Amino acid sequence: MIAEAGHYALVLALGLALIQSTVPPLGARWRDAALMNVARSTAIAQLIFVAASFAALVTLHVTSDFSVVNVFENSHSMKPLIYKITGVWGNHEGSMLLWVSILALFGGLVAIFGNNLPLSLRAHVLAVQAWVASAFYLFILITSNPFLRIANPPIEGRDLNPVLQDIGLAVHPPMLYLGYVGFSISFSFAIAALIEGRIDAAWARWVRPWTLMAWIFLTLGIAMGSYWAYYELGWGGWWFWDPVENASLMPWLAGTALLHSLVVMEKRNALKVWTILLSILAFSLSLLGTFLVRSGVLTSVHAFATDPTRGVFILLILCIFIGGGLSLYAWRASALKQGGLFAPISREGALVLNNLFLTTACATVFVGTLYPLALEVITGDKISVGAPFFNLTFGPLFLPLMIAVPFGPLLAWKRGDLLGAAQRLIGAGVAALIVVAVVWAWTLGGSTFAPLAIGLAVFVIAGALSDLVERIGLFRVALGTAVQRARGLPRSSWGTIFAHAGVGVALIGIVCETTWNSEYIGSMKTGDVARIAGYELKLDGVSQRQGPNYREMVAQFSASLDDRLLDTMTPSKRAFTTRGSTTTEAALLTRGASQLYISLGDTAGDGAIAVRIYHKPLVLLIWFGPVLMAFGGMLSLSDRRLRVGAPKPARSLRGLQAAE
Amino acid sequence: MQPDEIMSDPAKELRARDLSRELRCMVCQNQSIDDSEAPLARDLRILVRERIAAGDSDAQVIDFLVARYGEFVLLKPRLNSHTWLLWLLPPLALAGGGFALWTHNRRRAKAGTQDDASPVKLTADEEARLERLIAAEPAPDKPV
Repeated sequence: MIAEAGHYALVLALGLALIQSTVPPLGARWRDAALMNVARSTAIAQLIFVAASFAALVTLHVTSDFSVVNVFENSHSMKPLIYKITGVWGNHEGSMLLWVSILALFGGLVAIFGNNLPLSLRAHVLAVQAWVASAFYLFILITSNPFLRIANPPIEGRDLNPVLQDIGLAVHPPMLYLGYVGFSISFSFAIAALIEGRIDAAWARWVRPWTLMAWIFLTLGIAMGSYWAYYELGWGGWWFWDPVENASLMPWLAGTALLHSLVVMEKRNALKVWTILLSILAFSLSLLGTFLVRSGVLTSVHAFATDPTRGVFILLILCIFIGGGLSLYAWRASALKQGGLFAPISREGALVLNNLFLTTACATVFVGTLYPLALEVITGDKISVGAPFFNLTFGPLFLPLMIAVPFGPLLAWKRGDLLGAAQRLIGAGVAALIVVAVVWAWTLGGSTFAPLAIGLAVFVIAGALSDLVERIGLFRVALGTAVQRARGLPRSSWGTIFAHAGVGVALIGIVCETTWNSEYIGSMKTGDVARIAGYELKLDGVSQRQGPNYREMVAQFSASLDDRLLDTMTPSKRAFTTRGSTTTEAALLTRGASQLYISLGDTAGDGAIAVRIYHKPLVLLIWFGPVLMAFGGMLSLSDRRLRVGAPKPARSLRGLQAAE
Repeated sequence: MQPDEIMSDPAKELRARDLSRELRCMVCQNQSIDDSEAPLARDLRILVRERIAAGDSDAQVIDFLVARYGEFVLLKPRLNSHTWLLWLLPPLALAGGGFALWTHNRRRAKAGTQDDASPVKLTADEEARLERLIAAEPAPDKPV
């Protein structure tokens, strides 16, 4: 009954989406406000029906209704409740349902908070959202229905893939989808602008909060996924340049470029045509990511879906939206007027440089990810493009970008003073040089690249702080005045400072982890001691334990430093009986921002156990950086100027607003 | 990577590790043989170490593996007629983008400032609405 209700709710959502696809644009054409307003009601109703459908699937999973194929294949009655819930999107059908739920959520939010949008723009935006939604509802209903029943229900389910039975599944996919799908809003706004043939600074102001929101979620989603892979996969890597990771990195790079070009458009009414293109590209790359992951076209660690009919269907959706979007762009973009002029050395110029490097980086990832596929299709040759390729091509693109990051916010709009900006960055430059010298002296004879890269990271962080010092006049005016000014500083300026500093922080983590990672690989028996980076790890014993739906072998280590016991660490290996597969659960010991990492291998005949131990200096900064970036994004989002559905400015502010 | 595979000579072991990171475990999904726990990856790691022990240079080990398993085994494809586009695209994209920006900038600078002086026109509707709003606005000196 619940399954049928969920199925039916989804069909109704499709019906609503079809109405929303057609009626509002006609209303806009005939200038009929009532017809245009249909979009608002249908978007909200769609959200309600999709939410009902999603709730139905969650209920089926929680109650372990094995008469539903999706539940039977991905759940088990003994599975802990949290994984029964997260298991809803730990499979192809459920994750597509989550995808459309989030799409409907964003559509609903635009409908609810979009009261300050011009009526025809809102009608068009919601109609484009509905086009995307209709395509994906059809996809789910035709090829990936999560509500199908089994004629003879089995008593027990097949359980969820053990690797996915982790708290990471509760956070990573929803975050990633909020990011992916969030870019649909900027896409819809771009298409609406092209249809209306009209775009101005106000457009950028409406789009920016949505893009920012999507970007924040995508940043956190990627970082979270990386940390999950780090502790779950058991060999201590945190980024594998796996096609599925690349699929989420590409929209992130395009989205980051988009955020920066939107600033130019909002402030200076320039880069319009380019911004529209980036809006289309960011969502196209999200669709591409969905295609790569969901069609099973790639063989990768994440691939848990393989069915060609689905692949062809998504490919069709992909072609229609990307092809349609780009064709519309080619046809209509010339109608959009170019905006303000600026000198190459200016804030706009710096943001254009940012866009050049980010899009090139994005193109590099794109080519590296799809080249093997294309080559195999065209010539039949099989090649691999893996981490060594990306490290060699992506790295050199990011380093010059990072040198430029501190300069951007210090340059004036229209025509900037590079020398002046450089003078204001002298403090940051000196700090960076001191750090290079100290790190180089400390690790004498080691890597020469690492101290330089750390210096660059310090330059970025100190540069962000210089921006702050400059803005509030610290050291130039009385401390009280500076604090006053810091309080008065727009939140979006704080956002820039935090986000840019976050980039530097992440780079420090990446360089330290990759350069000074130490490793111990050996067979250990009870009582053996492993020494790594000054730490001593003694294997106290191995025991067996029974979990809710697995058995695990747990090794207990005591970690000590200078004969002082720090803590015990308990890495384990879990055997899941239903699926007959095992997972390694690494043990982590955090010391500041560094971590000790123990992961278990196989047990030999004589009872010795293969053990891998890593010491990863400052590894946590790799994820702390993105968290800072996302925090910066949230600060910007909370800026009054950008607040989603911001109330009308108070009357006394009107003069200030007009001056902008 | 298992403890019994480690070579006694640390320098050779280091070479083996570096090579392992560039070789694909062919039954896995995008993992190097250094990362993988698959039996085939272990066989390959042992093979790499055997070749190194036999005195092969790094290039010889790679040639040996490519002759045996094809280009697919390399995570960093070699530059050849099939892969030049892959390798050249990033620098070309950067250079092309930079060039496009430069010419665009020059053209716009030549075109002068005329379009800078003409901001976006309001539509007739908006003009009318603006008129109405201005008309409805109380004079600034009167208290609200």
